Amino acid sequence: MSIDLPGFADPVLGAQACFRAVLTAMSRPGLIQRTGLDLTPPSPLAPATAAVLLTLVDAETTLLLAPSLAASAEWIEFHCGARQGDAAADFVVTDSLPDLAALESGNDECPERSTTVILQLAALGQGTAYTLAGPGLAAPTRFLAEGLPADFLARWGANHRLYPRGIDLILCAGTDLAALPRSVAASEG
Amino acid sequence: MTSAAGYNFAYLDEQTKRMIRRALLKAVAIPGHQIPFGSREMPLPYGWGTGGIQVTAAVLGPDDVLKVIDQGADDTTNAVSIRRFFARTAGVATTTDTAAATLIQTRHRIPEKPLREDQILVYQVPQPEPLSRLEPSRAETRRMHALAEYGLMYVKLYEDITRFGHVAISYDYPVMVNGRHLMAPSPIPAFDNPKMHRMAALQLFGAGREKRIYAVPPYTSVVSLDFDDHPFRTTRAPQCCGLCGADSSYLDEIVADDKGGRLFVCSDTDFCEERRAAGHVGPEGVAA
Repeated sequence: MSIDLPGFADPVLGAQACFRAVLTAMSRPGLIQRTGLDLTPPSPLAPATAAVLLTLVDAETTLLLAPSLAASAEWIEFHCGARQGDAAADFVVTDSLPDLAALESGNDECPERSTTVILQLAALGQGTAYTLAGPGLAAPTRFLAEGLPADFLARWGANHRLYPRGIDLILCAGTDLAALPRSVAASEG
Repeated sequence: MTSAAGYNFAYLDEQTKRMIRRALLKAVAIPGHQIPFGSREMPLPYGWGTGGIQVTAAVLGPDDVLKVIDQGADDTTNAVSIRRFFARTAGVATTTDTAAATLIQTRHRIPEKPLREDQILVYQVPQPEPLSRLEPSRAETRRMHALAEYGLMYVKLYEDITRFGHVAISYDYPVMVNGRHLMAPSPIPAFDNPKMHRMAALQLFGAGREKRIYAVPPYTSVVSLDFDDHPFRTTRAPQCCGLCGADSSYLDEIVADDKGGRLFVCSDTDFCEERRAAGHVGPEGVAA
């Protein structure tokens, strides 16, 4: 039973440390942070993914869990208590990039009412190279990730053009974490 | 870690912190855009920095070193009480040294010393809506932000120029963030506006009474509104600091006696003390 597995050893400081990692990742796109080091989440959830869920998701939010991660549904439900969401959910947790255009990207007056996608990947810091530019970056920066689809740049470009509307991505792999806010532009290598 | 008995770490409950944290992440993703949040009642009145305190409480960790300034000073009532509040409820280390701090909560100033990438600056904001004095309806200003329709603000600047010959805004001077959102920089002097542009530190803004959070990520363009033929200019008192002799810092004017005597001193007390410790002496100062 995945429900037997614990959350943060210290829920208050564990969530605080993870939030700082996510905040740093979101304010410096592509910069890899480490989190969830002491977590033992149920497979197939990575420690970083689990830590982000424990930190940001609760009964006030809605969550859409991809079928491929359904084995950890009980654990998430027990620890976070989030309501089941649809394509307009506050958070989508998945291990393959969803169709961003089908998710909630907010409206012009309230662009913050958008979905945040927590995307679990094979690896960060290795794999396909992308160049990121935008707020948070002093100069265009290289970012490596393994597991994003071949047409990622086109799909991200379409999302970025919606700015200030759009989807924010939190990328997790093992205990690594990075983020791509909607404000950042991505290009080839 | 020692914190006051009966209270959660950093005062706020975890549910509230998560709500503020979600708002902060959205704020960072949309630089300069105001995010509504469920501002809580704090053990001090609205207008005393409740927005900044709630943002600090959601961000603060046990390893942080906290500095709180009020108009640049570490030793004024607001700064002292907020610093003590977090020392008691979170057991964090506090400092007055800008370079030693990891988290700086500020009321109406940006420290003179340039901030680093590993620092976070939290602003206390009384009025987050830059258009509030021009358009009282929140529904209307929200729509203006949605359409990036900021003509009204340019008209206000233009009217200032026709009436006074210059833009007569000395604090809370409106800025354009990331080329998209008009933002109130909180009532910092216009003198501090250029420091926000491409600052290395993350800047977070909390407005408790108005229930809004917004942010400027590091290295983000923050441009003070102006016209080609009336470029934005900062002003400061022409004097140098009476105590440390600094001639480029922002100065406070202090009434020194009942005979009309005036003393101009650095508003950033840490900056001034550090200069005096390094041997700089102003015209009214005594060698340290």
